[in-house]
Order: sequence, then C-alpha cells, then structure tokens
Amino acid sequence: MASNLRHITSPLIDNNPITLQILGICSALAVTTSLSTAFVMSAALTIVLCLASGSISLIRKHIPPVIRLIVQIIIIASVVIVIDGFLQAYAFDLSRQLSIFVGLIVTNCLVLGRAEAFAMRNPVWPSILDGLGNGLGYSMILITVGATRELLGAGNLLDYNVLPLASDGGWFEPLDLMQLAPSAFFIIGMLIWAIRTYWTKQIEVPKFSLRIDQVR
Amino acid sequence: MMDILIAAIFQENLALTSFLGICTFLAVSERFETAVGLGLAITAVQTVTVPVNNLVFNGFLIDGAWGWLGLPEVDLTFLKLIAFIGVIAAIVQVLEMVLDRYAPALYRALGIFLPLITVNCAVLGGSLFMVERQYNFAESVVFGFGSGAGWALAIIAFAAIRERLKYSDIPSGLQGLGSAFLVTGLMSLGFAAFAGINN
Repeated sequence: MASNLRHITSPLIDNNPITLQILGICSALAVTTSLSTAFVMSAALTIVLCLASGSISLIRKHIPPVIRLIVQIIIIASVVIVIDGFLQAYAFDLSRQLSIFVGLIVTNCLVLGRAEAFAMRNPVWPSILDGLGNGLGYSMILITVGATRELLGAGNLLDYNVLPLASDGGWFEPLDLMQLAPSAFFIIGMLIWAIRTYWTKQIEVPKFSLRIDQVR
Repeated sequence: MMDILIAAIFQENLALTSFLGICTFLAVSERFETAVGLGLAITAVQTVTVPVNNLVFNGFLIDGAWGWLGLPEVDLTFLKLIAFIGVIAAIVQVLEMVLDRYAPALYRALGIFLPLITVNCAVLGGSLFMVERQYNFAESVVFGFGSGAGWALAIIAFAAIRERLKYSDIPSGLQGLGSAFLVTGLMSLGFAAFAGINN
C-alpha cells in the first residue's frame, strides 16, 4: 500500500508534470485566466488521465507494439469526446470558455506520456493511481496559477469579490496584465523558482558556468 | 485573406498567445538548427493538414453531410477529434516518407521530432480553430500556412535567445526551465504589441 501511495504523492512536487517533466503545459497556460475554468480543466484532465491510464493498462498485453501509439491516442480521444459531450450538456457556459482546450486534452502530452511511460508496463490499479497523482500535480499548479491570475487581475476568487475594487470605492486597482497571456508564463516561471529554491535537488546544472576569477 | 494571414502569424500566434505546442516549444529549442528544422516541418504539416481537415469536416462530419445518401439527420461532428488525429497522423507519415526519399539530410536532422508532430497540440489546435471560426477552404489554406509560419517564427526566435542565455549567470533556481518560461513570457509580451496592427 505504501508503494501505491507513492504513485499519488510523488508527482505532486518531487516529480511534478508541469514544473519538472515539461508535460501538459499548453493547456495549463491558456485556461488559467480564472479559477473556475482552471478547476474544470483540472477535473476534466484528471478524470481523462485516470480512465485512459486504467483502460490502456487493462489491455496493455494485447496491444501490438507497432501500433501502440495509435491505439493509445484512440482510447484517449474516446474518453475526451465523452468528457467534452458531458461538459457541453451540463456546463455549457464553462465549455464555451474552455473553447478548444478540452478537445486538446487528446494531444496533451501528459496523458500520452503517462500512458507510454507508466500504464504500458504496470498493472491496472497502480496505473490509475499514477494517473490520479499526475492529475493532482497538474491541478495543483493550474489552480495556483488560476487563483493568482483571478485575484490580482480582477480582485475576485470564483467570481466572488475578495479585494474591494477602486472603481467600487475600495482600494484595489486590478492589474490588467494578469488577464493577458504573458502573465501565465511569468507566474509559472516564478513558481518553478520558488519550488527549486526550497527543493534544491531539482535545480538544473548549467552546461557552461563562469569561473569564479572571471566573475570578479 | 491578408487579414487572416497577418492575424495568424502575429496577433494570434499559436505558440505565444494561444499557448499551443508549448511542450515542444520548450523542449526542442535548446539548439538553433533543430529549432529551424522543426519550425519548417510544422509549417509544412500545418499548411497541408488544416485544408485537408477542412475538406474532411465539411465533406463527412458536418451536420447533414450525408444528405446525398438519403441520411440528412446524421451528424458526425462529435467524431472530429478522432478524424482530425487520424488525418494528421497519416499526413505526418506521408511527409516522413517523402522527406526520407527526397531530402534525407533534413530527415535525419529532424529524427524523432517528425513523428512527434502528430501529438503536437499546435497542429490539432490549428484544425480545431479552423472549425470553430468556420473558415472556408481557401481561408483554411491561408490560416494553415500562417499559423504554422507564426509558430516557426516564435520557436526560431526563442532558440536564438536561448543560445545566448546558456552563457549568462542566472540564479540557480531559475536555471533551465524557469528562465525559459520567463523568456517566453517576455516574448509573448512583445508579440502582444503586434495586436495594434489593424491595416
């Protein structure tokens, strides 16, 4: 059980898909203008990841190696179509806001990457847990970025006003930059910096470092 | 036409404003030469797949496309993801064979990145945007080329900046991925300035 638990906890920080594995970044940036879209996207991706990893692991011994990528993509695409249809039926407004990004879970390298790296070689239950863990690691970053952007960009959290706006007689002047595309890059960059300052073993060794006597 | 081209290259740059293909963008930009090769390959794939997907979507999947067979109520739009991925995978495969036959040097230089284009979200994203914005065939050719060229422009510029960055003295926590994100952010801010181009 302890080893199973590790599948969930290790992708949270030690092996986080976004800040360390460079997987699944595209969608992480585009849907984080508000906390609610970040939540929905995280939930959708986590569900897809669990289901896809589980079902790929279930039939892993019957997939011919030559066509494994196609089989994996078709399984993932089927799961995504179901989720997309579900969102359109029950949360139409959110699904409009997410635009094409739910569909793009198909090509989210995180899902395919975990299928290829983990689900193809492990039994069903650990694969589902691995999917869940990676989904949660992804969600954690997404929700942090989404919360920061919505809070600083509009003074809201989940559309509920937290910081009183200057236009309504409060003191907070919204930072328009936070609603624009570049801020997501800055926030994730800073987040990586913060994580690596604390967990120093994640630091990448520079290929070319300055000699001390040259610095002076 | 010109509007779509300019918008696809600058204002709605796939990599820097829609964040598509960022995984590849960050992973393959360590060296300038590979970035140029990949940029060209993406442009080629994008120019072909978007129009072909346009034909597939309007010919087979759109609501009422099977009317001529006496099946007017069939609506296969929900299959678009699988259909598009299939088309993209097939075209990448063909491109691979063509390059192997006629440009072996480029084929070897691209190596593993060529098959990986199949799962690059910029390519699928281009096709999905084409459906969402309801481009016709001619517009989709222009959009496909423009968005591919815009992505190539972004990754080539980014790789050039990263080559210089290798020798700079960066705080250890920002080394590598962290600084790559910050640079992409600054580039994205730069491209935001193009939003003022309104003919």
